[in-house]
Amino acid sequence: MSEAVGVIRTPPAAERDWVEALSTPGRARDDAVERLHALLLRASRFEVARRRRALGYVRDNLDDLATQAADDALMAIMAKLDTYRGDSRFTTWAYKFAVLEAGTKVRRRAWQEREMPLEEEGWSRLPDRRAAPAGDLETAELLGAVRDAIADALTPHQRTVLVAVTLNDVPIDVLAERLATTRGALYKTLHDARKSLRARLAEQGLEGATA
Amino acid sequence: MSDNPLLDKLLGPDGPELTCDECFEHLDRYVELQHTGRDADAAIPGMRAHLRGCPACAEDHESLSALLAADA
Repeated sequence: MSEAVGVIRTPPAAERDWVEALSTPGRARDDAVERLHALLLRASRFEVARRRRALGYVRDNLDDLATQAADDALMAIMAKLDTYRGDSRFTTWAYKFAVLEAGTKVRRRAWQEREMPLEEEGWSRLPDRRAAPAGDLETAELLGAVRDAIADALTPHQRTVLVAVTLNDVPIDVLAERLATTRGALYKTLHDARKSLRARLAEQGLEGATA
Repeated sequence: MSDNPLLDKLLGPDGPELTCDECFEHLDRYVELQHTGRDADAAIPGMRAHLRGCPACAEDHESLSALLAADA
């Protein structure tokens, strides 16, 4: 994975005002925290509304979910205030914390009472190379080769993560919670698994077909 | 990229990509660059590939982008 190039710059005045107000104890800080929380709540409600369909059967008060997300985002922002570099407006920087918290909470709530699909359910979506279906033969051969590579080239953990996320559409942060790990760690596993699959396809002269 | 969505999901992006933590770190700047018509992909290499490979980060990107559009 590559490193993005970050540009360190001094935040413009309006952005510095936010940071200064939130960093200096007193009345101004309390006011700034209140204003920031209102912005975060708006962003969280926006995100929950966008993801509402995923929560179709859930009867919870969704505004509680949005409020909890705004509260958690505020805590995360206060803990990371010194990392704000002014690469974007302060409000955009803050919004991303609310979007992350609300999005994660919606996905976890949507899956809270759902069983994790079995690995075999995902496998059934992939054709067996020895029984390739009619139609696009090249794609069928590739899918069959990927199926074989999943069986032979991955560790059991890589296989579990790849099948859950890509075939069974389990959100990665939901899977992370169930496996007591982090979204970043699971994505690294997924990345490594995909790399192994591509390497196996390349050994068979099939890599070019996926580029 | 292939023509098959299932193959794309299984094999993921084929170039260098950011991690989820790096994606979150740069997401605000990336979305603002996109909204101001600048070349976000040149400024933050590896972001587009990661958004193709990670559905959760892609959702966060879509949402932040929609939120900024609603604010405009």
